[in-house]
Amino acid sequence: MAEGSIGQPIRRREDYRFLTGQGTYTDDINRPGQAYAYILRSPHANAGINRIDTSAAASAPRVVAVFTGKDMAADEIGGLPCGWLVNSKDGSPMKEPPHPVLALDRVRHVGDPVAVVIAESLGQARDAAEKIDVDYTIEPAVVDPAAALQPGAPQVWEQAPGNLCYDWALGDAGAVDAAFKGAAKTVSLDLVNNRLVPNAMEPRAAIGEYDRATGEHTLYTTSQNPHVIRLLMGAFVLHLPESKLRVVAPDVGGGFGSKIFHYAEEAIVTWAAPKVRRPVKWIAERSESFMSDAHGRDHVTHVDLALDAQNKFTALRVSTVANMGAYLSTFATCVPTYLYGTLLAGTYTTPAVYVETKAVFTHTVPVDAYRGAGRPEATFLLERIVDVAADELGIDPAELRRKNFIPANAFPYQTPVALQYDSGDYQSTLELALKAADYAGFEARRQEAGRRGKYRGIGLATYIEACGIAPSAVVGSLGARAGLFEAATVRVHPTGSVTILTGSHQHGQGHETTFAQLVADQLGIPIESIEIVHGDTAKIPYGMGTYGSRSLAVGGTAIVKAMDKIIAKGRKIAAHLLEASEADIEFKDGKFSVAGTDRSKSFGEIALTAYVPHNFPHEELEPGLDETAFYDPKNFTYPSGAHIAEIEIDPDTGRVEIVNFTASDDFGRIINPMIVAGQVHGGLAQGIGQALLEGCVYDKSTGQLLTGSYNDYAMPRADDLPSFSLSTHVTLCTHNPLGVKGCGEAGAIGAPAAIANALVDALRPLGIKHVEMPATPERLWRAIQQHQPRAAAD
Amino acid sequence: MYEFEYHRPTNLDDAAKMLGNEDAKLVAGGMTLIPTLKLRLAKPSDLVDLAALSQLKGITEEGDAVVIGAMTRHADVNRSPVVQRAIPALAQMAGMIGDPAVRNRGTIGGSIANNDPAADYPAAVVALNATVRTNKREIAADNFFTGLFETALEPGEIVTAVKFPKVATANYQKFRNPASRYAIVGVFVTKTLAGVRVAVSGAGSCVFRQSEMEQALGRSFTPDAIKDIKQPQDGLNSDIHASAEYRAHLVTVMARRAVAACA
Repeated sequence: MAEGSIGQPIRRREDYRFLTGQGTYTDDINRPGQAYAYILRSPHANAGINRIDTSAAASAPRVVAVFTGKDMAADEIGGLPCGWLVNSKDGSPMKEPPHPVLALDRVRHVGDPVAVVIAESLGQARDAAEKIDVDYTIEPAVVDPAAALQPGAPQVWEQAPGNLCYDWALGDAGAVDAAFKGAAKTVSLDLVNNRLVPNAMEPRAAIGEYDRATGEHTLYTTSQNPHVIRLLMGAFVLHLPESKLRVVAPDVGGGFGSKIFHYAEEAIVTWAAPKVRRPVKWIAERSESFMSDAHGRDHVTHVDLALDAQNKFTALRVSTVANMGAYLSTFATCVPTYLYGTLLAGTYTTPAVYVETKAVFTHTVPVDAYRGAGRPEATFLLERIVDVAADELGIDPAELRRKNFIPANAFPYQTPVALQYDSGDYQSTLELALKAADYAGFEARRQEAGRRGKYRGIGLATYIEACGIAPSAVVGSLGARAGLFEAATVRVHPTGSVTILTGSHQHGQGHETTFAQLVADQLGIPIESIEIVHGDTAKIPYGMGTYGSRSLAVGGTAIVKAMDKIIAKGRKIAAHLLEASEADIEFKDGKFSVAGTDRSKSFGEIALTAYVPHNFPHEELEPGLDETAFYDPKNFTYPSGAHIAEIEIDPDTGRVEIVNFTASDDFGRIINPMIVAGQVHGGLAQGIGQALLEGCVYDKSTGQLLTGSYNDYAMPRADDLPSFSLSTHVTLCTHNPLGVKGCGEAGAIGAPAAIANALVDALRPLGIKHVEMPATPERLWRAIQQHQPRAAAD
Repeated sequence: MYEFEYHRPTNLDDAAKMLGNEDAKLVAGGMTLIPTLKLRLAKPSDLVDLAALSQLKGITEEGDAVVIGAMTRHADVNRSPVVQRAIPALAQMAGMIGDPAVRNRGTIGGSIANNDPAADYPAAVVALNATVRTNKREIAADNFFTGLFETALEPGEIVTAVKFPKVATANYQKFRNPASRYAIVGVFVTKTLAGVRVAVSGAGSCVFRQSEMEQALGRSFTPDAIKDIKQPQDGLNSDIHASAEYRAHLVTVMARRAVAACA
C-alpha cells in the first residue's frame, strides 16, 4: 500500500537505468543525417579580431559549413540575454554589454567561441578548424576582480568604464554607521571566496534539428530548465516563436547551476541546422567545459562586525567585489546581490546590515550561479567573522552563536535585508550537531593529536539559505526578467495509472522517486502506477526548471495543487456515482467514500468513469481526469542548519585530514531521507572541495586558464572525504502545503566555513587568524612556517 | 586525435621495424599517450601497440633479482606475491600509482620510457639500482633517465624488462598532487650492503639521487640523520601546486618518513 510512503527511504527508481547504462543523455541521441559541430575558441584572453579566413577550412574534406559571428550577424541573430536587471545604488541600470553568440570583432576570454565548423564527423570538423586562420591583435588582460577596478587596468568593455557593471547596495548604511560608532567591540576580516569550475559529470551537449515539413526547430540540450532556454533563445536570440521551437533536456548528468544558463552552443546548433539542412550535434570536451561552462563564486570581500558589551551583534558591514567574467551570463547579476546580500543576517538577530557589491568585468569565463549561488559566499563571510569575534573576545564560538541566534519563538522574523524567515530553530540544529560531534570532548582530542605532532581543530558554521525560488512578484520588483513559479499536470489515465508532467528538471536529484512518493501518498495509489515526465517542452505545459533547491518546494507544490484539482473533480464524479452529496464525499487511502457509510468508489473506478462517461454528470463536468496547476510561492523557503568540521593538519606538509564532519540540517518535511542524505553528501563534497581543493587559477598577466584540466584542477575524490555524520531537525515551512524547504545546496553552503573555522582553530596557537581557500597543503605549510618563529618567541 | 596507422606486432623485431617509421610511437598502457593524442598534442604517423607481445609480460625471479616484463601492469606488480616477498617496497609503490584504472592499464615499461618527472617508477628503478633491459642492451638505472621526458633509449630501442635486485630494506613515500595524484615529491630509499640510495621523483625535471642524504644515511640509517639536510631549491619544479621551496622541504620530509618506515 502506498500509504505512508512519505518519509520512507525508497530506492531511486531512476537508478536502474543509470546504473545499467540505459540512460538517454544528449550524446546518446543521434538524429538521422546528423552532422557534427566543432567550435573554434579563442586562445587569447583579450584580442582584437582583424580577420578570420575560413576558406581553407571550408574546403577541407567532408566539411559541410563554416560559420563565424559575421554570418550570424547577417541573419540578425541576437545576443545571449541576461535575465536579471540590477541597478546601482545611484539608481542607474547595470552596464549590459552585448554577448554575441560567436565573437565579432574581439575575443574577451580564453574559450570565447570564434567560429563553428560543421562536418561529417567530429574529427573532420576538428581537422578543418585547425585550418581557420584568425588574425588577432593580442592585448593585455585582467582576470582578478579587485585588479579590474584599479586605475589603468585593461578595459573589458567600452560601455563599462573602470570595468564596473554595477555598484549595488542593500541595507541601512546610516543605522550601520551609528551602530559601529556605539560598538563595544568591532572585528574585521578580508577574505576571498575562491573561483570554482562546476564540473558536472556530463559535459554540455546540444543537437539542433529542423523539420522543413513543419517548420519546427528542436534543440536537445543538457539543461536544467528547457522552457527557460526555449523562452530566452526563441525570443532574444533566434527570434522563433515557442510554437515552432521544442527544447528537450533528456537525462542530464549533473548541473550544479552550470546548466541553468543559455549558452552559445545551443543557439549555434539550432540556427545552423536549417542552414545546412542537417541535424547538428555538438558535444563539449572536458577541456571546453573548463573554458566555457559558467564558473562560480570569485568574490573579494571586506567585512566588519560590531558587537555591544553583551556580545550581541549590533551591525554588519560588507563590501564585496564580484567577478562577472567577460560577459553577463543568464543569472550572473543576481548572484552577488539578491542571492547574497539578502542572506547576510544569517541566523542572527543583527539589527542593522549594510552590503555593497561592485560587479566587475574581467577577461575570464562568465561567472554565474553554482550550487548555493551567493548563499555560500554570504555564509562563508558571516561564519568566519563570527569566529573572528569569538576568538578576539575569548569566548566559545558556539556560545557566541547561541547568544545571537534568532530565537525559535521569533518567527516569522523580518531581517534588515528584505527577507522574512517563516520558520526555523537554529539552536536545536546547533545543539544536535554539537552533541553528535562531541564538541565538549574536543580539547582532549586536540591534546592527543598534539602528542602525535598534529594540529587538530574544530570549526562550526550555521547557515540559512533562501530556497524554493521564488515569489515572482518579489523577484520581479528586484529586477528579475522572468517569473519563478512552477507548473505541473496530473494526467490520470482511464485504468487509473498516472502520469505527472513536471516543469522541474531532474539531473541527479531523484525527482522520479520523490515526486512519485508525493503522488502515491496523496492519491493512494502504488508508486508503480506513477510515471514522472519532465524535460520536454512538447510534453510539459510549462516549467521554470530546477535550481535554488526549488523542485520540491515549488515544483512539488504545483503537483500537489494539480492533485487537489483531480481529487476535487473525483469527488464530484463519486458523488454522482454514489448518489450522495459532494459535501459528504471523503477521499482517503485511494477511495472516495460517503462519510459514515461503507459505500465507496476506488480511485481507479473514478478514473474509468471519467474516460468512459456512460454514467456521468455531463451537465456539471467535462469528461476526462487531467489537471494542470501553476504554483507561485508566497515566500522563499529557509532551510538552515549547523555543520561541524574536525580536522588535523600535518605541520610537516600542511596536509589536512578531515577527521569528522557533522551536519545537522532543517529541511522542513522530508519525503525521502535517503535522497536527502545523498543531496547533503554531494553538497558537502563540493563545499569541502571549495575549502580544501578546488580553485580556478588564471595567469594574471596572460589571462590563460592554468587549471584547465583535472591535472591541475583538484576535484574532491572519495578518499578526500570522511564518512559524514548527518541528522535533521524539522521545522515546517509555513507557506507551502508540504512544509518542505529544500536540501540541494545546504552542504555546499555550510561546509566551507566549517572547514575554514576548523583550520583556523587548529592554527590559532600559532597566531594564525585566517586562511584562504582552497587551503592547499603549501598554503597551510607556509602559514605555519611564517608563524612558527613568533610562536616560539611567545 | 589525428589519424595514424595502427600496428599490433606479435614479435619484437617487427615492433622495432615499425618503430622505424617516421614519427612512429610505441603504445604500452597508453595512460599518457592516449590522453595526449586525444588533446591533439601529439601527431604520430604510426602507433605500434605492444599489447600482443606476451613475452613482455610477467614477473619472474632470476637468482637475487626479480625481472618484470615491460608490459606488466602496475596492478600486477602491486599484487605479485614474488614482488611482495622479494621487494615489498616496490609492490607498495606500484599500488600508489594513479588510481585503480591507471594501475590496471599502465605498465612499468611505458612509465619509465616516458619518464614523466612526476612519475613514481623512475624513483624505484634508480633507488633499487635496477637494470633496464631493451631489445638491444642492458642499461643501468643511473644511466637510463637523462632528463625531462628523456631517457637513454635510442631510436628503435624498446624496453623489454626491468631487473630489480632483491632489496628488503626499502620504502617509498609520496606526497601527491591533490589534483592529478602524481608525485609532487616522491622519495624512494633503499639500504643494501652496497650502501644507501635515495631517489627523488616529482621535485625536479627528472628523477635524481640525493647524495648528501645517501652519505648521511650510510653513516646512520635513522630519520634524524637527515632531518637537517636541506635539498637545494635550484632546478626544482615550481608550479601552482607547489613552489620549489615547498618541494625542497618535502624532499627532506618524505625521505625522513621513508627511512622511518624502513625500520
